[in-house]
Amino acid sequence: MKARQRRILFVALAVIAVGLAAALITVALRSNLNYFYTPTQIIAGEAPVGELMRIGGMVEKGSLNRKDGELAVQFTVTDTKAQTIVRYNGILPDLFKEGQGTVAKGRLQKDGIFLAEEVLAKHDEKYIPPEIADTMKAIQDAKQEKAQ
Amino acid sequence: MIPEIGHFSLILAFVMALILGVLPMYGAARNNANYMALAKPAVVAQWIFVAISFACLVYAFVTNDFSVKYVVLTSNSALPLVYKVSAVWGAHEGSLLLWVLILSTWALAIAMFSRSIPAVMLSRILSVMGLIAVGFLLFVLMTSNPFDRIPMQADGRDLNPLLQDFGLAIHPPMLYMGYVGFSVAFAFAVAAMISGKLDAAWARWSRPWTNIAWVFLTIGIALGSWWAYYELGWGGWWFWDPVENASLLPWLVGTALMHSLIVTEKRGMFKAWTILLAISAFSLSLLGTFLVRSGVLTSVHAFASDPERGLFILIFLILVVGSSLTLFSMRAAKLSSTAKFETLSKETALLSNNIILVVMTAAVLLGTLFPLISDALAIGKISVGPPYFNMIMVPLAVVLVIVMGFGFVLRWKSDRWSRLQGKLWLPLIFALVAATILPLIYAPSFDGLSFMGLLMAAWVAFTALMWVLRLKRSPFKMSGTTWGAMLAHIGLAITFTGITLVSIYNVEEDIRVEKGTSYKVNEYLFTFEGVTEVEGPNYTAYQGKVKITENGKLVTVLQPEKRIYRVQTMPMTEAGIDAGIFRDLFVALGEPLGDKGAWSLRIQYKPFIRWIWLGAIFMGIGGLFAAFDRRYRRLNRRKRKSTVTTMKGVQT
Repeated sequence: MKARQRRILFVALAVIAVGLAAALITVALRSNLNYFYTPTQIIAGEAPVGELMRIGGMVEKGSLNRKDGELAVQFTVTDTKAQTIVRYNGILPDLFKEGQGTVAKGRLQKDGIFLAEEVLAKHDEKYIPPEIADTMKAIQDAKQEKAQ
Repeated sequence: MIPEIGHFSLILAFVMALILGVLPMYGAARNNANYMALAKPAVVAQWIFVAISFACLVYAFVTNDFSVKYVVLTSNSALPLVYKVSAVWGAHEGSLLLWVLILSTWALAIAMFSRSIPAVMLSRILSVMGLIAVGFLLFVLMTSNPFDRIPMQADGRDLNPLLQDFGLAIHPPMLYMGYVGFSVAFAFAVAAMISGKLDAAWARWSRPWTNIAWVFLTIGIALGSWWAYYELGWGGWWFWDPVENASLLPWLVGTALMHSLIVTEKRGMFKAWTILLAISAFSLSLLGTFLVRSGVLTSVHAFASDPERGLFILIFLILVVGSSLTLFSMRAAKLSSTAKFETLSKETALLSNNIILVVMTAAVLLGTLFPLISDALAIGKISVGPPYFNMIMVPLAVVLVIVMGFGFVLRWKSDRWSRLQGKLWLPLIFALVAATILPLIYAPSFDGLSFMGLLMAAWVAFTALMWVLRLKRSPFKMSGTTWGAMLAHIGLAITFTGITLVSIYNVEEDIRVEKGTSYKVNEYLFTFEGVTEVEGPNYTAYQGKVKITENGKLVTVLQPEKRIYRVQTMPMTEAGIDAGIFRDLFVALGEPLGDKGAWSLRIQYKPFIRWIWLGAIFMGIGGLFAAFDRRYRRLNRRKRKSTVTTMKGVQT
């Protein structure tokens, strides 16, 4: 092969490689984006059923409930305007508490119940994940509006 | 008084850094030997002042000086001494001071061990290190002074319980050594661009430094993964968490840089590319710092954070990237090389290595920053799940590993297929046999993916091994670089084996247990024997007892704990782990269920998980072997001798 041909071959290979990588990344990204929804958006029907997503809000006081003799747990997540029931079969994080913010990852069922595969809470007394912070702030703003 | 000395010392260090950053650089431009000669004393002085400052902070922690705000926020009089010291870098202010200390130490090391580097080059390198120090010292002094005073408090608010752990005491310093170590490669690159001279000697000077930085980063990442595994409580070893990614990014680019430096040294090629990689490695280290410190991303590492500080680092990052890329665009034309190589050659293999590693970096970077971008553009709050990263990294790693085997045996410039075939069929057969037989011995079932993973790992290990054997040299006469390359690549094979097997054969169950409940995982029977309350130095704990038997024979009794730390009143899960070379048994207490003494319990069987970190240790040792290759030192000595003789010649 002459130097020129080889250079063309190299460039062609590089273009193909970059193209393949870009395609791979796009496909992988598109199929693995998890959107974040609030209970209000879920009630309004904005959240697609059956897709992996995250929801967030405050764990409603007194809603945490577990049947005797079972690991499965159920609680209500609220943003004060709407509520979503979350079911989870597993161990809740150490800092999960009623009246505190949480984010759950999982899938929404047709009946409007959210089946969580993973539940997150804040993991430090001082630190709150941004999604939870935003949601909690929205909740407080809503409360203040009501009070006025 | 002591904290004031620390603060004052830090200001003096800033002044020194300023002198270091400006005068030697100016001296090098004007060829003024007096100004250039300032570089070394300024480096030493800067190090001494930073060290004094750091020592003062340690002193404040050890003596429980609760008039210092930072001590109050991160320490407590009941904290064990080890953690009082590690609490120094347990939060933002102190960890930045540690960062500066490490930066100064790297600069000191260059000043001490680079006698072979010409004065002009050396003063430029040290000057760049000085400029970086100026940025960080300014950052500490302006936004994050750890010596700020408040009225005396009775006691401190204690260190976050998650950080009260030996692994985490040494994880940040290691990681920082790596992060900051790439500032050396960066400084070398900038100095080369300014002088416009980038030759084999330059590559030889920067190679050992890059290797050492890479070793620290490798060990730092492995320590972080190990810590997350046993301390974060739930037995995962990698989460594709933004901050984990932030440490992986410079590692990937750093690995590419190490390999492209080989080509730059041996063949005088890939020069511009090497410079770009050096810039990227350090910039990504800065980006990592920004992500950790700003708290813009949801992460297990994002402890209390402050957006204003993030902004400062962001501006610094933009300055560093902007100025170095501007310099690069001005000098890139000078960095071209005339050497040629055939399609089938070691150059091509190393080029592929670089391309794949850079694509990996880009993919991880995109996945990490995508939530930020989409939030900023108001597309919505999005997170990118771990499957994204796996989908991209796994196929790319497979290609990388295949090329790796070829890389060992390929010759520089050009090679022939027939010669390669002769060298590679044996390792291929060995790898095929190993990948077929191994799963039959230990795995519960045959699995296509595990076969693939093992084949890849064995391919790397055997090509590396056969490559060394075929050199037919006595192991004592073999160069450090050869030893290093072999060990590091075998280490990679070990890590790949661990990742493959633990990903495929891992068993994880959340179950509800009462006293006496048994649960079987593979051949192991886990029996829960109830919970008792125990008292620790600064916490109270529920301690579970889980007996594990295999065919009626006792294997071990694990005691997982649920701790409540008194000061921060924060619950913490302390897992019970029975570690082994071929498998870990892992038990973690969840929460009490109802009032009949029932608990939720997580049981895990983790085959070969230790191999992930064992491989990292091999990689680290390999990197050290390569960094301390006699070749680099011999060259230095010879050069020194020749300068001495010419000097003598001049005198007579």
